[in-house]
Amino acid sequence: MIHPGTTPFAVCELITLPVGEVVTVTPPGMAPISVFHTSDGLYAIDDTCTHQDASLADGWVEGCTVECPLHEACFDLRTGVPSGPPAKIAVRTHDVSIVDGTVLLHFEQKGDTR
Amino acid sequence: MNTVPNSIVVLGASLAGLSAVRALREKGYTGRLVVAGSETSLPYDRPPLSKEFLTGDVTDEDLLLMNSDDDTLDVEWRMNSTATGLIRSPDGLHRVTFDDGSHLDADAVVVATGARARTLPGHFGLAGVHTLRSVDDARALRESLSRAQNLVIVGAGFIGAEVASSAAGMSLQVTVVEASPTPLAGPLGIELGAICAGQHAVHGVRLLTGAVVDALLGDDAVEAVRLSDGTVLPADVVVVGIGAVPNVEWAGGSELMIDDGFLTDSSCRTNLPGVYAIGDCARTFDEAHQVHHRSEHWSNAVTQAATVADTIMATPSGPAAIPYFWSHQYGKMLQFAGTRHSTDEVRFVDGDPGTGTFVATYDRDGDTVGVFAMNNPRLFTRYKKQLARSRA
Ligand SMILES: Cc1cc2nc3c(=O)[nH]c(=O)nc-3n(C[C@H](O)[C@H](O)[C@H](O)COP(=O)(O)OP(=O)(O)OC[C@H]3O[C@@H](n4cnc5c(N)ncnc54)[C@H](O)[C@@H]3O)c2cc1C
Ligand code: FES
Repeated sequence: MIHPGTTPFAVCELITLPVGEVVTVTPPGMAPISVFHTSDGLYAIDDTCTHQDASLADGWVEGCTVECPLHEACFDLRTGVPSGPPAKIAVRTHDVSIVDGTVLLHFEQKGDTR
Repeated sequence: MNTVPNSIVVLGASLAGLSAVRALREKGYTGRLVVAGSETSLPYDRPPLSKEFLTGDVTDEDLLLMNSDDDTLDVEWRMNSTATGLIRSPDGLHRVTFDDGSHLDADAVVVATGARARTLPGHFGLAGVHTLRSVDDARALRESLSRAQNLVIVGAGFIGAEVASSAAGMSLQVTVVEASPTPLAGPLGIELGAICAGQHAVHGVRLLTGAVVDALLGDDAVEAVRLSDGTVLPADVVVVGIGAVPNVEWAGGSELMIDDGFLTDSSCRTNLPGVYAIGDCARTFDEAHQVHHRSEHWSNAVTQAATVADTIMATPSGPAAIPYFWSHQYGKMLQFAGTRHSTDEVRFVDGDPGTGTFVATYDRDGDTVGVFAMNNPRLFTRYKKQLARSRA
């Protein structure tokens, strides 16, 4: 579901992101965001683990969860909610869509970043 | 015969204890749950104590393991309560006695009393001498370090190396003394242990190997460390990092089998029906290697908590987890998974040890049985998962 008032950001062509792959982008003014292509579809979350400083794109995806590569906290890709310690805080999730074969991220941009 | 107990007491309110009550509730346990622990604070995380907490990058609040979701656990927390014994109650339940003279009866007991730091024999009461296990220890050490010039660390294992790394940025003179010829050879093997130990020199920390402490010198406060070869190292702070011993003595009068930890089967059952042991205090039977093994690592406490919940609830448990631990030293993430024998062949499969970014595997009879990585979590995770698959 795409919320109104969001700005789309082109991530990549879908063809370059097969199932099982992940891509990390840093839209202007945003923290790095990773887009995971799972067998259930595309999910986008903030890339940095809320526990410490790990890239979740380096983690292990199983179904709709990603396991952090450092201390094994598991995050639900749909909600960002961790299933247990050491992470306590959810990672932010972002809306994704595919338009004409392009993967688009949608988020509320705070202020004009240009 | 496996009936779900009406009441469970968990002893030890730290990582293993908290993870156990979470896992029990997750698997549908609805009975009474009490967690009793010696410390005053609710469960907190120990790994940062030798790392970001020492340097001030992590606060007391960051250490806490619980979040608002845990409010719904419906657990009675009894902090500041040290168990002193485990006996049969008159009606046949397990009775845990406490240091304040009180007791609790329950159908089942999960023992998660962890471990404590080993101390240097014969050196009590000198100010400036620290071990590191609890948040109070870490606070005291941080305070000492803020006023120190010369830090001597006894032991170049993980805790010693992490403290050295944290202190290296604090404009102190840091010396690590290690009795064995190669630090970390036990967990990592000589080759990779030596590579990790090489980080000390790069960061201006002096490492003395084959160095045995003879005495700590000083009247009220420590002033120096004397080695058995006569070397005297000036020290206003000493950290003793020579391993940990399981907290088992409190159960000495029980019928529990104890041998460097509470002995359990691979499902975390002790010899007493209805009593289980998990985490740093447990020496668990490892089906794959047919030996009892005590693991003092974070992930082990969490996975055993899930196992004990499966055992108690009689739910099927997944395949045994691959042993895993990490350490963080001098800005580098070290990760190890699997098992290691001294005869395993170490193979560098990615990167270059000289650059501090690499992955190495341990191979035995043509199979990869372990993996170690410095600063390559992505490839490490892939090898770790491969190990899990080949074991399943
Ligand atoms: C400084 C430090 C750094 C570490 N870093 C890492 C790391 O980088 N990576 C890694 O994998 N692991 C690390 N570890 C290890 C990890 O923290 C432990 O494996 C983990 O804490 C074990 O959890 P536990 O609950 O079994 O035991 P503990 O955390 O030791 O908890 C046991 C609890 O039981 C309480 N207790 C003891 N006796 C009684 C009694 N009789 N009655 C009631 N309560 C009792 C204790 O007070 C304590 O609160 C580190 C440990 C320390 C100390
Ligand atoms: S950094 Fe992700 S769990 Fe610790």
